[in-house]
Amino acid sequence: MLDKTLAELAQGLATGEFSSVELTQNYLDRINAEDGKLNSFITVTPEQALAQASAADQRRAAGNADAFTGLPIAHKDIFCTQGVRTSCGSKMLDNFVSPYNATIVEHFNQAGAVSLGKTNMDEFAMGSSNESSFYGPARNPWNTDCVPGGSSGGSAASIAGGLTPAATGSDTGGSIRQPAALCGITGLKPTYGRVSRYGMIAYASSLDQAGPMTRTAEDSAMMLNVMAGFDPKDSTSLDRPVPDYTLTLNDSLKGLKIGLPKEFFSDDIDPQITIQVQNAIREFEALGATVKQISLPNTHLAIPAYYIIAPAEASSNLSRFDGVRYGYRCEDPTDLEDMYKRSRGEGFGEEVKRRIMVGTYALSEGFYDAYYKKALQIRRLIQQDYVTALSEVDIIMGPTTPHPAFKLGEKTADPVTMYMEDIFTLSLNLAGMPGISVPCGFANGLPVGLQMIGNYFAEERLLNAAHQFQQATDWHTQTPGQ
Amino acid sequence: MSLDRTDVEKIAHLARLNIAEQDIQEYADNLSSILDLVDQMQAVDTQDITPMAHPMDAIQRLRLDEVTEADQRDRLQTVAPSVEAGLFQVPKVIE
Repeated sequence: MLDKTLAELAQGLATGEFSSVELTQNYLDRINAEDGKLNSFITVTPEQALAQASAADQRRAAGNADAFTGLPIAHKDIFCTQGVRTSCGSKMLDNFVSPYNATIVEHFNQAGAVSLGKTNMDEFAMGSSNESSFYGPARNPWNTDCVPGGSSGGSAASIAGGLTPAATGSDTGGSIRQPAALCGITGLKPTYGRVSRYGMIAYASSLDQAGPMTRTAEDSAMMLNVMAGFDPKDSTSLDRPVPDYTLTLNDSLKGLKIGLPKEFFSDDIDPQITIQVQNAIREFEALGATVKQISLPNTHLAIPAYYIIAPAEASSNLSRFDGVRYGYRCEDPTDLEDMYKRSRGEGFGEEVKRRIMVGTYALSEGFYDAYYKKALQIRRLIQQDYVTALSEVDIIMGPTTPHPAFKLGEKTADPVTMYMEDIFTLSLNLAGMPGISVPCGFANGLPVGLQMIGNYFAEERLLNAAHQFQQATDWHTQTPGQ
Repeated sequence: MSLDRTDVEKIAHLARLNIAEQDIQEYADNLSSILDLVDQMQAVDTQDITPMAHPMDAIQRLRLDEVTEADQRDRLQTVAPSVEAGLFQVPKVIE
């Protein structure tokens, strides 16, 4: 039962093979037994989960079940969950029990989903290894000496380890796709504005986007059906119709035009990753797609632009954590300034403080034009690269990451080395386009991810291509040996 | 771009962050290497490029100024560090 997909579990619930309570209890037992090793959850909510499962079973008995009713999932601890601690991986919010639900949490509740708990993450979603979490790093189920990636590392590790069939994630620079690649699962970052950001604790508001993390593309389609849609409570949400993403999964890929950017196949990439990605692309050719070499000439500027835009927005967003209305407050402040400085100094971890300081510096008097404005101009150049490329091809493909999962502690000494791991993922957040990572092989026994990038609102096409690839291959069905 | 200890102290003050004395040099080194990384941008001519704030150049939506939420002060203050008589308490600001 624990290696099944959402689609398979939905079938089992529909035919009465098992109840949601039985299913939920199975996952809770599994979490209990295995999460000491993986540390993929920050908070497990067994009582709430079983109550939701019982309600889902009653709803089914009454004939009102829909596609998601009774299915267990986990939420990244960046999404506000009413009555449940929402820590964002930080000491700052260790005591924060959210008084309200994020819009997507509300959507899942209304669909009758069961929430098993809240998954581990890099503090305030700032990291690529899950090592900046206040609760200690989550570990990669394929090799527990390795990181699961980040920032949605707990979501990825919990799915790969069979502790939940699916989880929500958020992606500001690769935080869904990179851990999905490193843990051998499927992860989709939707178009900016497709999924509501309301109640998702803000890191860099012009880049943040929530999305599904699952075993298969079909499951991601089921999740996105629940998550996507306009939300008046999110000022950057886009009011566009939401298709049923499961309906186009079986469309033919005949005539699909794939673009391979030369910048995504450089010598800096682990050669085993390049081989697996090239094999995957041959699989798409066998499915009827055609391949063309393209160029995204400003790729090398994505990391520099990102490390101004994201910290600048973070320094503004995180100014709300001041020890006054919620969150951590230091002991015995002598005056107001002392309270602000010590609450923030003690409540935030090192990487968060670094990014707040980079952002504060970039936005400080006299530096705005040289840094923030410049980065926003570069951002447009990067977007134009993608717009031009996607006028000639349907989907851009390449590796999700330059290397497979690395060892814990390997890249913590120098933050810039860590930043380089996101080279292929973060340009997409700058451009606002959707991208998906699917498992496409192994390098030294560790999973490799294939990234597919589409035009704005091309989620249907990406999920369709990913699903067809998964019908033809079995990388996504492989699970780490216990 | 290289930052020294004084720069870090100034930035930390602007950001209202208390940084331990013994950590300042490490922050200075790390921030300097991040700024070296982003300095690659300066080599690009962006003279006539319009800065991009939203991928679809969407503008801020406006709504009518209507009351849509009921007062939930008590509930929202349950997570506050210190509250008295419905007010958030902070250290004395005015003597």
